[in-house]
Amino acid sequence: MTETPTPTPAPEVVLSPLHDEHVALGATMTPFAGWQMPLRYAGDLAEHQAVRTAAGLFDLSHMGELHVDGPGAGAALDHALVGNLSALAIGRARYTMIVQPDGGILDDLIVYRLGDEAYLVVANASNVAVVRDALAVRLEGFDASLTDRSLETALIAVQGPRAAEIVTGLTDPAHVDAVRDVRYYAGMPATVGGVEALVARTGYTGEDGFELFVPADAAPGLWRDLLAAGTPLGLVPAGLSARDSLRLEAGMPLYGNELDTTTAPHDAGLGRVVKLDKTGPDGEPLPFVGREALAARAHATPSRVLVGLVGSGRRAARHGYEVVASTAADAVTVGRVTSGAPSPTLGTPIAMAYVTPEVSAVGTELAVDVRGRREPVRVVALPFYTRA
Amino acid sequence: MSDFPSTLQYTAEHEWIDSAEPATVGITQTAADALGDIVYLELPTVGSEVAAGAVVGEVESTKSVSELFSPVSGTVVEVNQSAVDEPSVVNSDPYGAGWLFKVDVTSAGTLLSTDEYAALATD
Repeated sequence: MTETPTPTPAPEVVLSPLHDEHVALGATMTPFAGWQMPLRYAGDLAEHQAVRTAAGLFDLSHMGELHVDGPGAGAALDHALVGNLSALAIGRARYTMIVQPDGGILDDLIVYRLGDEAYLVVANASNVAVVRDALAVRLEGFDASLTDRSLETALIAVQGPRAAEIVTGLTDPAHVDAVRDVRYYAGMPATVGGVEALVARTGYTGEDGFELFVPADAAPGLWRDLLAAGTPLGLVPAGLSARDSLRLEAGMPLYGNELDTTTAPHDAGLGRVVKLDKTGPDGEPLPFVGREALAARAHATPSRVLVGLVGSGRRAARHGYEVVASTAADAVTVGRVTSGAPSPTLGTPIAMAYVTPEVSAVGTELAVDVRGRREPVRVVALPFYTRA
Repeated sequence: MSDFPSTLQYTAEHEWIDSAEPATVGITQTAADALGDIVYLELPTVGSEVAAGAVVGEVESTKSVSELFSPVSGTVVEVNQSAVDEPSVVNSDPYGAGWLFKVDVTSAGTLLSTDEYAALATD
């Protein structure tokens, strides 16, 4: 009797360790990068406003957690990424990118240095496999190991002006002062709600806030504790819809919108993350992946510039819409919108767009083609919103 | 799950219509829920001619935007200005205070019964 070969299973939808919590809260779920994630709970606007005025609780368990460990971990990441990660202090975090040899962005990342020989690379859900595979290749020859802990790690974010109060309220007394004082783009291990967590002061909303990396099986209890502790202070669970409108107001790029493999960091106004001058152990310039292409980009005149646009009307430009020179019917195309929405905080349409350098100066009057009608917009400095 | 009032007819584009003259048009709870919090309505102007199946306006939320189709042909006789001023009423009461416009109907387009629309909307 012969065994029938097992057919390759179809890719399954991954459920967050917090899935049952979302269902119990009545969330509208949406497929996102192979996961089922909460799009909204009570409503996009209320969630957005809660984060601006009190706090929001986000499930970000779909994000990828890739651990790079070993004596050569720092050098390996210096080679693999555009940033200078060996110079990162223990307990600090850095926004960085992984690019193709031609400089095109594979993903934008936050890298945490957890120890002398321990790094955590946090990747976008849609790019975890790409980043993992690229890192595996780029780590060859270095004394460093790569472990994908995405599925066993849950990520819960508490964002908003009341976030510190809520998180420290649940923090082990031995860690309260340290957690309260942890700086932006830094993280530390702490016990929160009885759970061993990596507590990081990072976020994607433009507000103060924390991101808590915890074991997946401990996430539901911590989620409920945060909800219970935060609700009296105005905290509400917030979904991906609010997350998107919050990050857009904060002028933060989203992979797939502002960033992709045809875009170099400099195009997105993020040339500062590229450390062309980082050196290897021998003091020689380090030939990291993408260095040659990015060195050329650093000195070249860009063909397009990422700008902010604010509309004076009501109709919002959306991802993919054309930017044109004026509202005239024969106005030429000067760019394309990457993200756009009616801003809940500003009350006007906002958008990010790539435009030609000639029309990128703040104050330039342009227009966007919103489903066949040209709506006036003005170039503004990013971000659209800065917390007081 | 949404309820679909049996006194109304529907379109595949998620509008409802109450055929009592003049006919009243709105979007369904299903459409409003899918959009999220509605922040902007663009409605046809009073006196304009609308054609069944044609785009006559837009319904916009922070997350997305949807075109508004007229289920019938005729002349717009009234628009819901209070919904334009406070679009959240379309989320909270899409079949009542969140109605959008009224039409003197000259001819109806392809309309769905409650059961037909419920099958489509809950598919």
